[in-house]
Amino acid sequence: MAMLKFFARRLLLALLVMLTVLTISFALTRLSGDLAISIAGPQATQQDVEIIRKEYGLDRPLPVQFANWVISAAQGDLGRSFLYHEQAATLIRQRLPITLRLGLGGLVVALTIALPLGILAAMREGGALDRAIMLVAVVGQAMPSFWLGLVLIITFGLKLGWLPVSGADDWHGYILPSFVLGFSAVPSLMRLTRSGMVDALASDYIRTARAKGLSRMAVVLKHALRNAAMPVVSISAVQLGFMLSGSVVIESVFALPGVGYLGWESISKNDFPVVQAVVLFLAVIFILLTLLADLMNAVLDPRLRAS
Amino acid sequence: MRMSLRNISTLLGAVIVSVAAFCAIFAPLLVPHDPFAQDLTLRMVPPSWMVGGSPAHWLGTDQLGRDYFSRLIYGARISMLIGVATVIASGTIGITLGVLGGFFGGRVDDVVMFIITTRLSIPLILVALAVVGLVGSSLTVVVLTLGLLLWERFAVVARTTTMQVRTLDYIAAAWAAGCSRSYILVREVLPNIIHHLIVVATLEMALAILLEAALSFLGLGVPPPLPSWGLMIAEAKDYMYFTPWVIMIPGIALFVLVLGINFLGDGLRDMLGATRDA
Repeated sequence: MAMLKFFARRLLLALLVMLTVLTISFALTRLSGDLAISIAGPQATQQDVEIIRKEYGLDRPLPVQFANWVISAAQGDLGRSFLYHEQAATLIRQRLPITLRLGLGGLVVALTIALPLGILAAMREGGALDRAIMLVAVVGQAMPSFWLGLVLIITFGLKLGWLPVSGADDWHGYILPSFVLGFSAVPSLMRLTRSGMVDALASDYIRTARAKGLSRMAVVLKHALRNAAMPVVSISAVQLGFMLSGSVVIESVFALPGVGYLGWESISKNDFPVVQAVVLFLAVIFILLTLLADLMNAVLDPRLRAS
Repeated sequence: MRMSLRNISTLLGAVIVSVAAFCAIFAPLLVPHDPFAQDLTLRMVPPSWMVGGSPAHWLGTDQLGRDYFSRLIYGARISMLIGVATVIASGTIGITLGVLGGFFGGRVDDVVMFIITTRLSIPLILVALAVVGLVGSSLTVVVLTLGLLLWERFAVVARTTTMQVRTLDYIAAAWAAGCSRSYILVREVLPNIIHHLIVVATLEMALAILLEAALSFLGLGVPPPLPSWGLMIAEAKDYMYFTPWVIMIPGIALFVLVLGINFLGDGLRDMLGATRDA
């Protein structure tokens, strides 16, 4: 019962946030003033502007426009692109596989680096190795990702010739961008793994396990990690959301035509419906991922449901 | 040993940030050349220690023949300005929301949490790009946009720490003494959480500087011909294959400044006794 109530509350919150984001993405495209003039372009006559205003329903009052946008968005119609003369939803669907591959690749990279380093740091808490690993986290945080991307392109793509410098023809093209995207999530995941492991290693059940004669490695990997992993798993979902929205920068650096690239392209070319659609799409994905993370936590840890 | 390593990084951070602040303030006095002056006869001169370098241009010149060292110094001015101004704007928003939510709790806190949750679900870079793209790029627009978007960590930390402080004895004493609500918020609560917020400020300053560089790199940040480091990297990108130093110099400057701010922030965290989560 408590579980159901928690789910209902959490779902309601997600819906409210979604509605707010819908409002924000609508307001966002109205920032530039008269949309019809922007769409028509600099050479348009007053008459053209009027035709476009009617065509896109921009002559109606704002509340009506907003209601129409919400209703059609709920039905999956996110508007038509001025540039491609295609449904924004279709454009996003075409580019989604690239962004998903990139995001999942980034998550794999981030976990592969962050988990072992975080565990190692926790096992040597306060020691030289711990401090060295935490230093890596601070350095990683300071690295501008677009610049790291360019430096890797020069090094591996050009000087060594090992990897392609851009494009998504096969999986080789995803190695560098996934690494750069994943690298940006390493510091926070590593810190979380470390603090989780430090807490777990100091707890009573670990002492019991050690007292039973289990080896240190077995205790760390079997007992402590299981408990420390829970927050890491749920934060991974959130980090994946951050990475998908951070793909704007990485996709532009590596010329990967994914959703982020679509967003950037439509912003620079004043393709408002697509801007609106991509903002909404990425926000909804993030909301769903955090919802998933919360529900996962609630199922795994009954203590959370009580609060 | 433990103290010394941390002290070294804190000191290093303080030195880096001081140097950047000094460059930012005294930029016009420090530069050997006008950072905007083009000289098409002296394009892409390499740094003075490389083959073909000229002692007149210590870090070489860019694709328009502008002195790279002078542009780098002025770039520090833009980065520091963005960092400080964004933190003032985002700090004001975030601390107000967080303190209100943490102090009053109940419905007020629900609203604050809702606003924080909504902000987190908005794709940061894309929305920043969209706002700058739609409103038009200028230094002010970038600062306001980042200020409106980067407040959530301030809010989270201010809220949690206010909740802890709220129940302490001296707040009860202030109530008992008949102090007003606003007096207690400003004179009793705020001074006792400020050390946590200073640490957040360093983190957000570093993030704002990185984001400005990313926005400018994508062409929707600080407009040319301003020498933003991100813009310098974007403009140099076409030449990086043959002359990698054109992106290495502004990139390293950006990396070192952000690293310095983070080092300083970590040091302050230890000194002020703020929590790791801050």
